[in-house]
Amino acid sequence: MSSYELSQGTVNNIQLFLKGLILILIAGAAISSRLFSVIRFESIIHEFDPWFNFRATKYLVSHSYYEFLNWFDDRTWYPLGRVTGGTLYPGLMVTSGTIWHALRKIGLPIDIRNVSVLLAPAFSGVTAYFTYLFTKEIKDSSAGLLAAAFMGIAPGYISRSVAGSYDNEAIAITLLMAAFYFWIKASKEGSVFWASWAAVFYFYMVSAWGGYVFITNLIPLHVFVLILMGRYNKKLYAAYSTWYAIGTLASMQIPFVGFLPIRSNDHMAALGVFGLIQIVAFGDYIRSQVPTNKFKSVLAVSVVLIIALGILGLVGLTYAGLIAPWTGRFYSLWDTNYAKIHIPIIASVSEHQPTAWPAFFFDTQFLIWLFPAGVYLLFQDLSNEGVFVIVYSVLCSYFAGVMVRLMLTLTPIICASAAIAISKLFDVYLDFSEYLQSKVVVQETSSEKAKEEISVTTKSKNHTVFGLISKLTVISTFAFYLYLFVYHCTWVTSIAYSSPSVVLSSRLPDGSQNIIDDYREAYYWLRMNTPEDAKILSWWDYGYQIGGMADRTTLVDNNTWNNTHIATVGKALSSSEEVSYEILKEHDVDYILIIFGGVLGFSGDDLNKYLWMIRIAEGIWPEEVKEKDFFTANGEYRVDDQATDVMKNSLLYKLSYHRFVDLFGGKQATDRVRNQKITKEPDLNIVEEAYTTENWLVRIYKVKDLDNAGRDLIQSSKFEKESIAGVKRRVQKRPELDLRE
Amino acid sequence: MAIVKRTPAAENSAPVVPSSTPSSKSKSNVVADFQSSLETTINSYFKTLTPRLKLIDLFLAFLVTVALIQFIFVIVVGNFPFNAFLAGFISTVGQFVLTVSLRLQSVNHKEFGISPERALGDYVFASLILHFIIYHFIN
Repeated sequence: MSSYELSQGTVNNIQLFLKGLILILIAGAAISSRLFSVIRFESIIHEFDPWFNFRATKYLVSHSYYEFLNWFDDRTWYPLGRVTGGTLYPGLMVTSGTIWHALRKIGLPIDIRNVSVLLAPAFSGVTAYFTYLFTKEIKDSSAGLLAAAFMGIAPGYISRSVAGSYDNEAIAITLLMAAFYFWIKASKEGSVFWASWAAVFYFYMVSAWGGYVFITNLIPLHVFVLILMGRYNKKLYAAYSTWYAIGTLASMQIPFVGFLPIRSNDHMAALGVFGLIQIVAFGDYIRSQVPTNKFKSVLAVSVVLIIALGILGLVGLTYAGLIAPWTGRFYSLWDTNYAKIHIPIIASVSEHQPTAWPAFFFDTQFLIWLFPAGVYLLFQDLSNEGVFVIVYSVLCSYFAGVMVRLMLTLTPIICASAAIAISKLFDVYLDFSEYLQSKVVVQETSSEKAKEEISVTTKSKNHTVFGLISKLTVISTFAFYLYLFVYHCTWVTSIAYSSPSVVLSSRLPDGSQNIIDDYREAYYWLRMNTPEDAKILSWWDYGYQIGGMADRTTLVDNNTWNNTHIATVGKALSSSEEVSYEILKEHDVDYILIIFGGVLGFSGDDLNKYLWMIRIAEGIWPEEVKEKDFFTANGEYRVDDQATDVMKNSLLYKLSYHRFVDLFGGKQATDRVRNQKITKEPDLNIVEEAYTTENWLVRIYKVKDLDNAGRDLIQSSKFEKESIAGVKRRVQKRPELDLRE
Repeated sequence: MAIVKRTPAAENSAPVVPSSTPSSKSKSNVVADFQSSLETTINSYFKTLTPRLKLIDLFLAFLVTVALIQFIFVIVVGNFPFNAFLAGFISTVGQFVLTVSLRLQSVNHKEFGISPERALGDYVFASLILHFIIYHFIN
């Protein structure tokens, strides 16, 4: 009671302490909510791409860095191989490799698998911190703290960063936020120092994720919009020129990116804005020296000339072939049907599908309706940083609508602008200082309130009881929304995003959990029972997993760099046995692995992906594989006895339903995914069943060798079947006894 | 396209100038304006030059010359070690923009809120990063 006035310094210290504490708690919440999958299942790498990253990381820690960069992988894309070192983004592997080495140095030898599994949750804590800094630059630290909390637990980001989801995005979003934070800071202060940091993080981002192109275009766009708004200043010049010069040069150090930044159209916007800002800076200098009216005419002439020249030059260079035109993935962003028509391989990837509208609410809950409010508030007092957020939101909202995976880049800005909206609201409605102040005035006692900056001036007393009630109502409503948000996030994370998809789980009728571990069962079988150089043919989805878990050579994998090779596999699976056998033999295939969900009711199996295989194969051999042959006359996709002959004779169909009827022991055999009845056992000749897992989810077949007697396999297997059935039909050829004349 | 856009731009400027010429003469007016503003700029440039700025500008001129020499070399001889050419060329461009930034910061340090000493420190830091990467890139 001795002194009720705290000094400014003490208040600052308390604020600093609280901020630190809150940020640590946010990081803790972010990390722990991503550990559901480890607790539910085990510490395992998830899905498909992470298995490749994991395999590459293991290679990196067991070899030197230079060997890693020069890594030619002959165990994938047989017989082509893959120049892995030159075609990957090494950022992720190098990061976890560095962490692994560092931990060993300080005497904490940790399995590289655990480093990989826990990398994404650890980085999510860092992301929350950078989101705090980013939003703090745009509004203030209270908005920053809210944004950090949202970012920590928003399902849109959790979907790609749960423990075990060891993917490029795991660190890329962190780097994205870091690069943007440094950029905002640099453009605000005009500091070369911060711009260099932005460039360094940009380089890190380039090394980690192909989505770096987003930064490459967003920052120039921000600058361009500012110039168009007449907001050019010298700070912008210093920040942008530094960022571009260092960032571009640095990005060319990544082997996979190479000379793209000066050759491809995706990067030309940045170069163009770089040129433009030089000219604008020069013009700005002239303007400071000459009277305005003279300058206007000068400016008009030169701007028109320069833009015309620039566009002409760009078009000319593109036609001359010096600059690569935009890539297919880029076109598919603008024309959603482009990929379907020209490159089915891109359209077939599930994360490239357009987003379903409920997904927005599912992934961000109430932030999605606060997001426009936040953007609107930024329009109210349009600062340069605000323009950045607006440009970012507009662009990314569109992109997220086109491609599911880009939801990930939208989430940070949703969190930031929703936090701006809420904190603006709280600034108004949480401000009870008027009431406190009136107490001070009325009671005239030395209260122990910490608010020392309240000036004791009698304002107009419009704060009635109703004012208080309305404030409390709004606050409690939003507190309830926030509570619901946390509840929703936890629920979504635990239900939807924590499944490793390598291990499936289902509920038995009595409610207990049943773990379906067929994938690993099959991969383990391959690892233990096949020769080390066996070549496994499967659809590309499973390539990385086979490489990672079974350690066998695959024909195609999730890298999808060679469309023709994938089409070959598609053709092998969708043709008749005779055609397939030739392809299988040409590629030295020893085993075929397929996924069949008909017994279990697992809908993501190969027969449901079949149309994509057919489409991709048709893209290369339109004469031999035709999509419409697989549909019935009514245009239905059927697998029962009404299926077309082409369908029934195709290899994948036969592989899927081989011995399927026997399984039901006389009862009606029903495919549980497609709800169709299978009546006839398909006739399978060129392969023999090698292994089928417990729930029939994975089936492995061994490709038969060429027949010893030189017959083709269909004849020889017919012969064998008949000999087993006991109707050995010997056609004895009797000598012809034609009498000679 | 360019001509269509040029005319309204000149007309817009016409009301601003009190003794405006008819729009038919606006082209020659523009050129004259251009020349006179260039002259004013050059004159004021030499007026405000300090020895320190002179040093910076000499360095800038040197960088432009080196860049030009490299560019001509590539056109005449060919760009065989493309890495080396890019590294050399970008090093001059990068150093150029960094130096221009330094110049802007040291002239307008009130607008930037950055002291000339810190500007120099930032400049050295960024140049070190730039040249480290170039050293790595040049093979």
